[in-house]
Amino acid sequence: MDLKEWFASRKKQREAEEVKLPLATDEYCALWTQCFQCRELLYTSQLRQNLQVCPKCQYHFRIGAMQRIEQLVDHGSFQEIDAHLESADPLKFVDTDSYVKRQKEASHKSGLREAVITGEGTIDGERACIGVMDFGHFGGSMGSVVGEKVARVTEYATEKNLPLILVSSSGGARMQEGIFSLMQLAKTSSALKSFADAGLLYISILSEPTYGGVTASFAMLGDIQIAEPGARIGFAGRRVIEQTIRQKLPADFQTAEYLLKHGQVDMVVERSKLKEKLAYLIKFHTSAKKPQTAPQKQKAVTR
Amino acid sequence: MTDKKAIPLEFEKPLELLAQQIEALQKQLVDHPELESDINHLKKQYDNLRRSLYSNLSASDHLAIARHPQRPYTRDYFSRWDPNWMELHGDRKGMDDPAMVTGLLHLGDIKVIAVGTEKGRSLRDKQQCNFGMPQPEGYRKALRLFKHAEKFGLPVVTLIDTPGAYPGMAAEEHNQAEAIAVNLFELSGLKVPVIAIVTGEGGSGGALAVGVANRILMMEHSVYSVISPEGCASILWRSADKRDDAAKAMKITAREILDLGVIDEVIEEPLGGAHHDYDLAAANAKKAVIKQLEKLLLLSGDAVRADRQKKFRDMGTFHEATA
Repeated sequence: MDLKEWFASRKKQREAEEVKLPLATDEYCALWTQCFQCRELLYTSQLRQNLQVCPKCQYHFRIGAMQRIEQLVDHGSFQEIDAHLESADPLKFVDTDSYVKRQKEASHKSGLREAVITGEGTIDGERACIGVMDFGHFGGSMGSVVGEKVARVTEYATEKNLPLILVSSSGGARMQEGIFSLMQLAKTSSALKSFADAGLLYISILSEPTYGGVTASFAMLGDIQIAEPGARIGFAGRRVIEQTIRQKLPADFQTAEYLLKHGQVDMVVERSKLKEKLAYLIKFHTSAKKPQTAPQKQKAVTR
Repeated sequence: MTDKKAIPLEFEKPLELLAQQIEALQKQLVDHPELESDINHLKKQYDNLRRSLYSNLSASDHLAIARHPQRPYTRDYFSRWDPNWMELHGDRKGMDDPAMVTGLLHLGDIKVIAVGTEKGRSLRDKQQCNFGMPQPEGYRKALRLFKHAEKFGLPVVTLIDTPGAYPGMAAEEHNQAEAIAVNLFELSGLKVPVIAIVTGEGGSGGALAVGVANRILMMEHSVYSVISPEGCASILWRSADKRDDAAKAMKITAREILDLGVIDEVIEEPLGGAHHDYDLAAANAKKAVIKQLEKLLLLSGDAVRADRQKKFRDMGTFHEATA
């Protein structure tokens, strides 16, 4: 083997090794997590401390519903409601597997009963109702239970005169519940109508990813719309649009920043600032509800 | 539209063959009068076959009829309901989407605001209507008319025949999702009666955006689903070829959805589908709408709104465990 060959074979070997470099698989996730964007290897525990945001490139990882609640709500103040609702199988739906089996698998994987957790808590001392979707459960899809829980937390907020915060993360309506899942769009929007008529504040937070039936109902009905950096948000999926219009879409199409540019959200807020912005918004609007001019008017009367 | 002109669908092929035989025999009838009994026999067979064919339709057969190129569209219904109906245009914000038709219409003695998705008849129309897929501006045009209806205390009748909202780049930039969501939101609060009829395809959120009604009716062969059977098949079965399986599994036909309790009434179509007799189909639909409206018009505005909100509040099935 001459030197040239030796170098060539070494190069080949190196390349092969490089390809074999472990990507972030489940095994490694326990200790290390690889950033999807900059490919940096990060300590999982450190990443968690950093609210699941890559310290190097600010990539916002998807987070579970419970983790989100911990991040947004004052410690120990969260009270879950309607935790006991479970999906039925109204259509006896079977594709390559039955819906019942898929539900069990989804719950096993996510540790959740359904793709949304709802309840009440305080944010910087301000009482609020909150609902958080979890993409990790059945792709965050909206079936009867998700629709029902969102409607119930909205009604609860209306009844208690509280602001409402919904954090969306969903692939859309749950096909396995057919027409029933479509009707959840109307159910949730209808509940929000009565909520809005009561003059209460609804803040919608759009996180990676929010699509389809969820975007086309409660997620787009906020008095204030907030998106997380880099989150993809839209009605139709990118692939469907590309197939329909037969042209490539810009790389940043349907990202939070793109939506901001097109007037669809009020602001893009990084995760570390989210709680303080929410607290500000709630305080701003609730103090606005108790009319600031009232004491002055009284003064005028006494004079 | 007469029988002869109707384009046969795949499952109608045996019927078509029989019809051709009858026609061939009839041509020879002048020279061979003895054939008459045979012809009559075949005609009877034809009628029997036709009846049995249409009473055992699969989900994908219904889908084929709902998408039949000669199916009556929104304009066909409106012009038969009221030949003098007056069309109104535009969302007042920069566009008039031809995929959403709106106007003023008399249904007998009842004045209504009419709204419907339109697929377009000629190729040129179809292209302009995006094959019945409205843009956000189309939904905002409909919203404008819903508010008009409330202002003047007029009931709303909507016709639904759309594969879904248009999935395009401009549509996304103009916030298709918000346009739909706001319609669901505002329709649910309307204090005038709303009746929706699915006349062909009820495609997902794009259909529901004009379908949050006090009464939802479906034409006998129309379909209504959360996603197109093709879309469902390609996601869940990972193959668009499994469309028929997906159509069956999702329960998309009028009768199935009536049984699920989601809609209120199925409107009978002429034998073989609405495209065989536009006039009869339109007359049946008109009768059904008037019947429903007469009842709803007795309610107060608040009661009408509460009736609609309750209808959608009760939709969905789930278990409520006690633990």
